[in-house]
Amino acid sequence: MTQIEVRGLTKRFGRKVAVDDLTFTVEPGRVTGFLGPNGAGKSTTMRLILGLDHPHAGTATIGGRRYRDLPDPLRTVGALLEAKSVHPGRSARNHLRFLAQTQGLPARRVEEMLDLVGLREVADKRAGSFSLGMSQRLGIAAALLGDPRVLLLDEPVNGLDPEGVLWVRNLMKHLAAQGRTIFVSSHLMNEMAVTADHLIVIGRGRLIADASTAEVIARSTGKTVRVRTPDPARLTELIAAAGGTARAAAAEPGGAPTRDGAAPGGPAAGPADGATLLTVTGLEAARIGELAASASVVLHELTPQLASLEEAFMELTSQSLEFGVRDAGAAGRAGGDGALGRAARPGQSEGSTR
Amino acid sequence: MTATPAPRAEAGAPSWPPGPGPAARLRFAGLLAAEWTKIRSVRSTIWTLGLFVVVTIGLTAGLTALIVGAWNGPNAAERNARIIADPVGFILGAGVGLGQLTICVLGVLLISTEYSTGVIKASLLAVPRRTPMLAAKAAVFAALLLVLAEVVSFGSFFAGSALLHSKVPVSLGDPGVTRAVVGAGLYLTVLGLLALAVGALLRHTAGAIATVIGVVLVLPILTGLLPGSWGAHVNGYLPEQAGSAVMRAAAQPGQVLSAWEGFGVLCGWTAVLLIAAAVLLRRRDA
Repeated sequence: MTQIEVRGLTKRFGRKVAVDDLTFTVEPGRVTGFLGPNGAGKSTTMRLILGLDHPHAGTATIGGRRYRDLPDPLRTVGALLEAKSVHPGRSARNHLRFLAQTQGLPARRVEEMLDLVGLREVADKRAGSFSLGMSQRLGIAAALLGDPRVLLLDEPVNGLDPEGVLWVRNLMKHLAAQGRTIFVSSHLMNEMAVTADHLIVIGRGRLIADASTAEVIARSTGKTVRVRTPDPARLTELIAAAGGTARAAAAEPGGAPTRDGAAPGGPAAGPADGATLLTVTGLEAARIGELAASASVVLHELTPQLASLEEAFMELTSQSLEFGVRDAGAAGRAGGDGALGRAARPGQSEGSTR
Repeated sequence: MTATPAPRAEAGAPSWPPGPGPAARLRFAGLLAAEWTKIRSVRSTIWTLGLFVVVTIGLTAGLTALIVGAWNGPNAAERNARIIADPVGFILGAGVGLGQLTICVLGVLLISTEYSTGVIKASLLAVPRRTPMLAAKAAVFAALLLVLAEVVSFGSFFAGSALLHSKVPVSLGDPGVTRAVVGAGLYLTVLGLLALAVGALLRHTAGAIATVIGVVLVLPILTGLLPGSWGAHVNGYLPEQAGSAVMRAAAQPGQVLSAWEGFGVLCGWTAVLLIAAAVLLRRRDA
């Protein structure tokens, strides 16, 4: 089957290294997510694989051949790039038609794709009048035109409504199940968590992780434990003596982790029980429980923190974020959608980076 | 605003049409068909070519009518002598001088809008070796231009010669006249390709149009001021000066190249620029 193989790929723009000695393989039969904060080099890597940009070093091949050497490129690889690639004055049908003609694809294929993405009624309208979602559908139709064995999608759900997001997600899974190679970039962690079987994570053009989605999440699971106790001073001592670190956590109404990057305040009272919330690192929950029991310290809560994929990602990339950790906080405050590039939480700055 | 239609394939299982069949692959004939689809499916083509026809024939007829009306006016003798010496050159020169600018604009737009709209990425993903795409575009544009420019050239000649007939009869059978009329169509076709090459080299619409108009309109005037024989040669080898000689039945005073020599020089300029455009197209990031 058709793999994408990237070996030592390097690309500089002026003095800035956009892609830095990147090596990975994208296997067929599954959805491989390509994750990184904005500016990490995802789009550049895809453009290098597709032969639109020339690398300074390294190779990218599809089924063993460079993209430019493919005799029937659109039948082998379908690509949806992030930036628009449609003339606003040309109709959707004519856009697909000229692409089909280059490879001798039958005209009926254009109509089938228009049906598939639901653009038949507007097929003769100028593409410039399309909404973002419709443009994205046209891009997907163009990518699928040649019934390709490999699909590269750069941020495919951008601008789609929830129904469209679901549709793209199912389409990718469906195509992967047929044995095709699906390589999809995103800065949206939550989207990847439900779509991708495998993740390739990059930051500042470098490979950070290349593992199954489950593995990436597991890697940072159980790293911290939430503890609430009316006697934080005593427990902090015990934990320190046992080799762990306990820190008073920021106030969190409802117990949700703070997501706004606010600096931890003073010891915060728990919800109406006089207890203080501590975040413990370096010790397992069971060990903390034992320590507390041996010293007769009362615990109101003892919870191992399961990292979401987003948190796992933040930990993986916290040292390679393109933008400063703090200045991203304001932009991400509205958050909750899992957008990356947002403030890392204080406890994650010491996360391991491979 | 158009409402977003729902995708046909609903959330459960996307329906998947069968593949396109085994015969499909890259062929130059397919690239020609694709470039023809591209060129005819945007309005700028229709507008600029429509303008070309109207401006060239309209200006030829209008200027010729004006001259005929003022034939016996004061100080007309010298001008009349020039027209009598080369009536076909006068007729064609009247309209082509401005009409050629629309061809230059279209030539630039054909490739520069691919960059400004991002279509170039779709084009190069379909034709990753790149140069066949440019070759197909040039071939389709040349074929379209050749047909249209010859029609306009003959149309201009017949309109102009009918108006001029009472003063200076001229027909296709006169020496050099058919060559000049056919040559005007050839000149416009090659000039369009030169503009396409400049558009491909510069990749920005405004810069490329300014450059082409500078070369076609401004440089001949500036170099015309240069003194001596070498000045005449610099001027004479410019694409527009050299190429337009083929539209005249008689040589102008000071003309350094014959009709076909001049046309050859224009073709040489165009070939060099097209090759440079092809080399850079392959080398540069899209």
